[in-house]
Amino acid sequence: MISLEESVLQGDRLALARLLTRVENDTAEGRAALDALFPQTGQAHLIGVTGAPGTGKSSLVNQLALQFRKSNKRVAIVAVDPSSPFTGGAVLGDRVRMKDLSGDNGVFIRSMASRGSIGGLAQATANVVQVFDAAGYDIIMIETVGAGQSEVDIAKLAHTTLVVEAPGLGDDIQAIKAGILEIADIIVVNKADHPGAENTEKALKSMLELAHPTQRIFAHHGKYLSAALPIETKNNIWLTPIQQTIATDGKGIDELAQQIARHGEYLHLSGDWAVRERARLESELEAALQSALMNQFRERLSEDQFNKVINRVFERSLSPSEAVNVLMNARLK
Amino acid sequence: MVKRQTTLVQERTTLSDKKIRVLVAKPGLDGHDRGAKVVARALRDAGMEVIYTGLRQTPEMIAEAALQEDVDVVGLSILSGAHMALAPRILDLLKANGQMNVKVFIGGIVPDEDIPRLMEMGITGVYGPGASTEDIVKDIKNAVK
Repeated sequence: MISLEESVLQGDRLALARLLTRVENDTAEGRAALDALFPQTGQAHLIGVTGAPGTGKSSLVNQLALQFRKSNKRVAIVAVDPSSPFTGGAVLGDRVRMKDLSGDNGVFIRSMASRGSIGGLAQATANVVQVFDAAGYDIIMIETVGAGQSEVDIAKLAHTTLVVEAPGLGDDIQAIKAGILEIADIIVVNKADHPGAENTEKALKSMLELAHPTQRIFAHHGKYLSAALPIETKNNIWLTPIQQTIATDGKGIDELAQQIARHGEYLHLSGDWAVRERARLESELEAALQSALMNQFRERLSEDQFNKVINRVFERSLSPSEAVNVLMNARLK
Repeated sequence: MVKRQTTLVQERTTLSDKKIRVLVAKPGLDGHDRGAKVVARALRDAGMEVIYTGLRQTPEMIAEAALQEDVDVVGLSILSGAHMALAPRILDLLKANGQMNVKVFIGGIVPDEDIPRLMEMGITGVYGPGASTEDIVKDIKNAVK
């Protein structure tokens, strides 16, 4: 019998959907398939789309996918919505905005619940993306949960991160400056037809100018000198552009797609693509190692030993850091 | 040895993580989705992952979404009276896609005399006005066991 991952490589959509479920549930079969598919990955352009709830991320993803389809690129969309912290259930509603994409075999949309993960993605999102990558999708868009300030995991996963803003989110734009805007490769001011779009763009622009190493000219002894960065790095600077869009009618989408393509080119030219890939794989490996070590440690430590130490901490006869020392040196069963 | 134990631990957590995935969709042209939203919310509160697709879905759109999302259950909200046309079409498409194990439920306005015929076609449950969400949750859990 042909294996699930082989069917996926042959373009079987049902097999792909089923494999995604196994990977999302982290089953042994899913892990084995990931191992087998791993050599085929690393081809797709991963585009992250994040921003506050209601800024229009899903509509934007819908429009971008239509745009990419014009150049015949195969598009996968991974849309993450939050799980209830109480029941573990979820309503995943991103597809509502993506009706235009149905009936097109070059598009595959998969909704994911965050399942308790707090970084804006689900634990298994990176693995799900890997499956799409191996299955030959050229562009994979990852839409995060509606993000506030610190849901920045997407920047680790994506090659190009779009942060979506909308006018009218208030003058407290200051508040979001520190976290999420820092990860933007491209800032999108969506709902540009709403009042206040110009002000939003202006505020974002002034924030960006503070952060960027812009080329400045200084007058020195009557002469103008360039105090820019060393020449060899000059081409390696990406200045985060701001793009206005109206996702409901497609305005600005063409330009946004061009910015994304330009960022992809920049990543390749500057060598940043490889740097990001490496950093991503490193952090994924680290996380996997961490959970494997933890599991191994737990398995080899009896519950009894563990409880004894906890009791001593509870009685205040052992500090938590001393307890860690005791546990690390405990005789493992 | 150690590796085997690790796998066992992960396997154990996996079992409890297996979520029932439900597609809630409204085929046809009626524009009233209050009931679908109430059911979606109830299923969420019962710990299921509900993919909500919104109004005016064609049978093709529903089958495609069910495939991509690899759902266990499809819940159809039909108030227009078109259930005898829509239900068999959707069941056929699901089958054609290889998803014969997916359970299909209908909620909405369905005359009593149509219910046996729908069940015969392969619909798992039909719910009218006044149906309790607890019953729906219970029936779904039983159906996907």
